[in-house]
Amino acid sequence: MSDDDPMNITAGSSGSIDDRKNAAIRYVFFSCAFVTVLTTLGIILVLVQGSIEFFQHVSIVEYLTETEWSPVISPHSYGVLPLVWGTLVITIGSALIAIPVGTATAIYLSEYADPQVRKTVKPTLEILAGIPTIVYGFFALSFITPLIQRFYPETGTFNAAAGAIVVGIMIIPMVSSLSEDAMSAVPDDLRNAAYGLGATKFEVSTSVVVPASLSGVIASYILALSRAIGETMAVTLAAGMHPQITVDPLEPIQTMTAYMVQIGISDVSVGSIGYQSLFAVGLTLFVMTLSMNLLSLWIKSRYREEYQ
Amino acid sequence: MNTNGGGPRTVSKPKVSDDETSSAVAGDERRSGSRVVDPVIESRDLDVYYGDDQALHGIDMDIPERQVTALIGPSGCGKSTFLRSINRMNDLIDIARVEGDLRFHGKNVYDDDVDPVALRRKIGMVFQKPNPFPKSIYDNVAYGLRVQGKDVDVDEQVHTALERAALLDEVEDQLDSSGLDLSGGQQQRLCIARAIAPDPEVILMDEPASALDPVATSKIEDLVEELAESYTVVIVTHNMQQAARISDKTAVFLTGGHLVEFDDTNKIFENPESDRVEDYITGKFG
Repeated sequence: MSDDDPMNITAGSSGSIDDRKNAAIRYVFFSCAFVTVLTTLGIILVLVQGSIEFFQHVSIVEYLTETEWSPVISPHSYGVLPLVWGTLVITIGSALIAIPVGTATAIYLSEYADPQVRKTVKPTLEILAGIPTIVYGFFALSFITPLIQRFYPETGTFNAAAGAIVVGIMIIPMVSSLSEDAMSAVPDDLRNAAYGLGATKFEVSTSVVVPASLSGVIASYILALSRAIGETMAVTLAAGMHPQITVDPLEPIQTMTAYMVQIGISDVSVGSIGYQSLFAVGLTLFVMTLSMNLLSLWIKSRYREEYQ
Repeated sequence: MNTNGGGPRTVSKPKVSDDETSSAVAGDERRSGSRVVDPVIESRDLDVYYGDDQALHGIDMDIPERQVTALIGPSGCGKSTFLRSINRMNDLIDIARVEGDLRFHGKNVYDDDVDPVALRRKIGMVFQKPNPFPKSIYDNVAYGLRVQGKDVDVDEQVHTALERAALLDEVEDQLDSSGLDLSGGQQQRLCIARAIAPDPEVILMDEPASALDPVATSKIEDLVEELAESYTVVIVTHNMQQAARISDKTAVFLTGGHLVEFDDTNKIFENPESDRVEDYITGKFG
């Protein structure tokens, strides 16, 4: 080996071995990344293909405007709106819970809590995000719904309110954790400036820290909502399988995801319209969550505050 | 100590340094001997600790009204700590502890019944690094007025503050654009405008020009001298020429939080009592 010569820094004959090793490693990493991209493309392809078959039988106008959804049981009707409505009810309802509670938690953790408290509370909250969603579903059935029934006895076993509440609880850690990250990133210089002007801690939090971290906070909202849109097991269990457009939160509803569960475990035959509708609903859901995630990215890059 | 040191602010005297142009050493001695200016801030045997480390040792200082008092000294000498103890910004540091008296118009600001929020409304602060809020120029200047709920014409007060901070001409047409879009020097003048908008009595400045280029620095220095006509200014600087140029009084902190000498600026720079101060000053001048 030419290693004996301390002055030898050229590649020499031994260099080609390193080159080949480097190239091999490079390809291993590349193929891992490539598999991920390929899978994503494959999923989109499957969704689009199934949807095309579906829309050969059902007009896209009917799909987007009809207000009845009954693709399996006759009389057949293919209006997706009741499912979209169900998803929106869950999403908006959970946002009403998660956004205020999550934001307040984030402000507490970032501005008020002792470092010791923050170190304990934040990971604890994040554990909430690790609980299997089916468990949340049982929690809704066995705790939240009975609680609602105590005040509104006419409430059924499955109802939109329980679904919205449980999804709201589920996404609180997402809002609080990501918002807290954004708030903690606000430089202390800004807090000091506000304190120096005679602001109280509350004023510093609400009029300096929150506005300065707004892009991150809003991005956390959108990601959490996107999670609520895609949430499946908990809402299937809690909110039911009854597609309808209703403003009464105590009525059962069906979300897009719950419908997909229903068809997925049912005995509809492959190739039937009911089966194909799975892909159309799946694609609709994918487009919704994708646009939410893109919106979140855009807000983050567009409104990111630059601090010197 | 002044006999009426604890009393309310007396009617403003014209700034005695009007005769500064004719300053000779003898004249200065006359000034320092004859001048009776109420101290706005009196420090008595003030100790500040960070945890177990003592950052300030028994500081005694009388800071006169409507003059510029410069705090100079090498890094880590405690000058910024002293500045931050005046408006209780050290309260924000968990491990900081203060002993002794720091009186503002005769009232110890560390008494239990003093609200640091109310205190900071009377004592504004400008920081080392320009730190405008990520808000519009207008909202930056109006911030103090708003949190203090002052019953004033916010528009007028914002314009006046920007004018006093010598920034109005440059930003008059873009009050709605972000304060972060300004240059470093402009940002610092914006921070000064923000500090004076609520009309405090005292303005504390912590090396306000150290992050700026020479042109921006000289603008800030001019501004400090003008501000002293209406406000009591306490300025920390590591730049001795700057202290000599703009201050009436100079406090020299050396080694580990001791105030070595505090006197009229001319006296400090021309004929200091302490050899260590002389060494420090001449050493820096080379």
